Order: sequence, then C-alpha cells, then structure tokens
Amino acid sequence: MYDLIVVGGGPAGLSAACAAWDSGLRKILIVERDQELGGILNQCIHNGFGLHYFQEELTGPEYAGRFIELLGQTGVEVRLDAMVLEITPLREVHMVSRNEGYRIERAKSIVLAMGCRERTRGAIGIPGARPAGVYTAGAAQRYVNMEGWMPGRRVVILGSGDIGLIMARRMTLEGARVLACVEVMPYSGGLNRNIVQCLHDYHIPLYLSHTVTDIRGDRRVEQVVVSQVDERRNPIPGTEMIFDCDTLLLSVGLIPENELTRQAGIEMDRRTNGAVVYENMETSLPGVFACGNVCHVHDLVDFVTAESQRAGAAAARYVLDREGSPGEPLLHVKNGDGVTYTVPQRIRPGRVEKLCQLFFRVNRVCGNSEIVVSSGDTQIASFKREHLAPGEMEQIALPQVLLARAGGELTVSVREVEDT
Amino acid sequence: MKELTCIVCPKGCRLHVDEEHGYAVTGNGCPRGAEYGKIELTHPTRVVTSTVRCVGGRYPRCPVKTDRAVPKEKIFQVMRALDGVELTAPVRTGQVVLKNVCGTGADVVATRSLSC
Repeated sequence: MYDLIVVGGGPAGLSAACAAWDSGLRKILIVERDQELGGILNQCIHNGFGLHYFQEELTGPEYAGRFIELLGQTGVEVRLDAMVLEITPLREVHMVSRNEGYRIERAKSIVLAMGCRERTRGAIGIPGARPAGVYTAGAAQRYVNMEGWMPGRRVVILGSGDIGLIMARRMTLEGARVLACVEVMPYSGGLNRNIVQCLHDYHIPLYLSHTVTDIRGDRRVEQVVVSQVDERRNPIPGTEMIFDCDTLLLSVGLIPENELTRQAGIEMDRRTNGAVVYENMETSLPGVFACGNVCHVHDLVDFVTAESQRAGAAAARYVLDREGSPGEPLLHVKNGDGVTYTVPQRIRPGRVEKLCQLFFRVNRVCGNSEIVVSSGDTQIASFKREHLAPGEMEQIALPQVLLARAGGELTVSVREVEDT
Repeated sequence: MKELTCIVCPKGCRLHVDEEHGYAVTGNGCPRGAEYGKIELTHPTRVVTSTVRCVGGRYPRCPVKTDRAVPKEKIFQVMRALDGVELTAPVRTGQVVLKNVCGTGADVVATRSLSC
C-alpha cells in the first residue's frame, strides 16, 4: 500500500510528489505514461519559464530538469511507460505497462496530475477537405523540437493561444513561412509578450475576429480560406482571404484530461472541465487531489508548481493527520459578474492557514478594475487591477480571518472602474 | 515618446520610453523593464532557443539556447550556425555546444540532458 500515488510525471506531478515527500510521506509512486519525466515541458524549448519560482528565465526542459533533479534526491518511486486505466473510489489504481503488465496498486491518497490535451479540428468543426497537413500546434511542436521533423513550409496558424504564437516563431526560425495567425475572438488568447516576440519580431500578421472557413487540397493542404466574423462569431460573406499554404496549425484550446476523474465518480466543474476542488486541491472524493492543468488550464508553469505543492502537502496531511470532520463550515465560491471560473470552487475556512489562494479567469478584456469578493450582501475584500484579460489567469489571496467570518457563499466578481 | 510591450516577463507591462531624455522608461513594474525599454530602442536583443542534431541519444534533437541575449538582427545567422552542430550523447544540461556564436559573445548551451 502506497501513502500516495501521483498520476502523471509532468510539472504538476513532480511538484506534488516532492512536496508530499518534504511533508513526511515516504511511500510515494509516480506513474507516467511517457518514457521519461517532465511532461510537455520537454518539448517547450523556448525560454520564459521559472521567472516566478526560480527568479530566472529557464527553458521548458531546464525547468523540468530542476524538478527531476530534486525528485532524484528523494525516495519517490517512478514507474515510466505505464498507463493508468482506472482509479476506483477505494483508491485502487489500475495500470498497465509493457514491463509489468496489468497491476493494481492501492494508495492512502492520490494526486491527479494528468495535464491536458489539445482541442483538434474535430472539436471546432472546420469545414472543408481532409487532406494531410492539419496539425495541432503542440503535435507540430513535438515533431520539430524532439523528433526533428518539419511539418510544412508555408503555414497558417488558427488560434492565438501561447502555443500557436510560440510555434509561429519556431516554424519561422526553422525556415518556414508563416503567412498568418488567425483568431476568432477580438483579442488574443496568448500573453502580450508572445504577440510581440513571436509575431511582431517576425512580421507575422495577426487577424483578430477572423477564422478558417475552408480547407482545400487533395492529398495535402493547398489553400486555407480565412473569413472575418461578426460579433456573434459568424463568418461574414465577402470577406474571404485565400492563403496558399501546405500546413494549418491549430492552437484552439486545451482540454483537461479527466477520463480517470470522471470514471471515479468525482464531481466535475463544467467551466474548468476539471474536478471541483477544495482550498487544498482535494476533490469530492476524500483523499484524492487534483492539480495543474488537469484541474484548470494554466498560462504559467510556475503557478502549476505552486498549486501542485499545495496538493502534495495536503495529501501528506490527509495521510498523516486524517484531519477534517463531516460538519465543518464550508463556503461555496460562485462566479459573479465578469468571472468565468474560480479554483478552488469550495473553501473550508477551518483548513486555511493564513491565506487562501484563489485563481480565476475573466470573461472579457477589462481596463482599470476592481475584483470584489462578497458574502451575501457584504463585501469582504476587494483588489485592484489595471488590466484583465481572459487569456491571463488572475489570482488573489483571501485572508483566513475574513473567510472565517463569511457564511455560505462567496461571490467573486469584476467591476470596471471609470478612469479618473 | 515610444510605447512598447515589455517582454521580460509574462506580465507584459506597457512601457513608455522617452527617446529624447536618455531613454527614460515609465510604466515598468520592475527594474528589468527599464533596462529592456532602453535596449529595445537602441540595440534590441533576444535569447535564441532552438535545437541541434544529436546522435546516440533518446531523441535525434537536443534543445539549446544562447546563454545571453544576442542582437536581434543576428538571430537567423545564429540559426544557420546551429545547422552545422552535431552532438553525441551523453549530453549534459549547460554543456557548451558552440562558443561565441557568430561573434556575439554568447555561447550556445544544451538545455537538457540526453543519455545514451
């Protein structure tokens, strides 16, 4: 019987396992389906990771490397090339691997750290032919950065999320011509710095409020048709632009990979597509925690690390202290005006030490704003921000003393403040 | 007065740089932004990240970076210089794979370990 089984050996799983070890657990197992630890960071060879956590600018493989090294100093067991097939409410983990076949391991606690996967052409229903040359941006990233293949020479990118922007630059550096980056929303889904250093630096045009309305080609992509869209995101006839290209990269969103979570009967949040979690990242199944992109999609790995350390430490507390009681006070966090989701969705004030970190996203671009946290009709806290955008995750820290005074529900909302 | 987006960190501050008064920067959230604003308008630089060939390792490519920012106009020269590099596993993180690339003063270093 393990104290803790961590499903997934990417940045979330590594941080959670290290934190659980540091908190006193000794029988810990990480199960990873790839042939090495590090997860998606291994293909993110660009820099910009670790500014918050390490106060220096690292590439993805370097960031992963630091945690793999830390893990090496612990006694955490790692099983690579092993795929978890099922998790039961009794915390039995079913897994299969070439070396060990089918195995069932039991654990006193589980951390879900499976990350997310990319939305594909099917998920967004692009019309047109089905030739070769349509890839998700992350798949192309793996081909270029790890396998050493160039997916194409003349490229259009749909979606302006960070992976799409990073791949626009990457393909350009490797000699491809990136003709356009196309975004259906009136604002980019990526970080401003990536618009500058990936598009502007290489004179790649960004078409906002545009989308791909046709893919043409027999065996291989030959043309992509791009149209402007109206406020309701419907293509406007007569605005078509035709790009001669051989490749279309899709950077159209990420989906937390929660098949195991759902199968275990864990309560889900349809906004995050992840599990509903408490302040310590515990799911509705006691002793089972979720962190990183499997819980909600992050922009920055630094925040994944911080969140996962909390999950790992909480798993250790669960095993060692068996804390908690059925009737303890509970706050439900509600999405108020302008807020798409919050993580955590539930807070048990009695278990918050000093501050409770709350992540959220807004549903529109806002200038000078006030983030208001209220309980019933009473405002309990407010925070000022100069700029808010759906593409940038926000976080606030709620003091325990304020939470202890609140009752029933907490609502987080955003109010734009008139410029003075 | 020039307006630009800082790329030093994910915050992406809106910088105002006064070219006529010693490139004084306002709108920056940290000292690195002030430095970036000045450099960006005088001699812009970037860290280049890419990959080089690697034989005998788990993957045929090894990721690398310049260990400091290089002049922006030299990015494609650096890329061409990397075409000629071939490593042999094992490779260690931080290992220098190309010294003083294109006369920039920057070394290109491996950003991961690759075992045999």
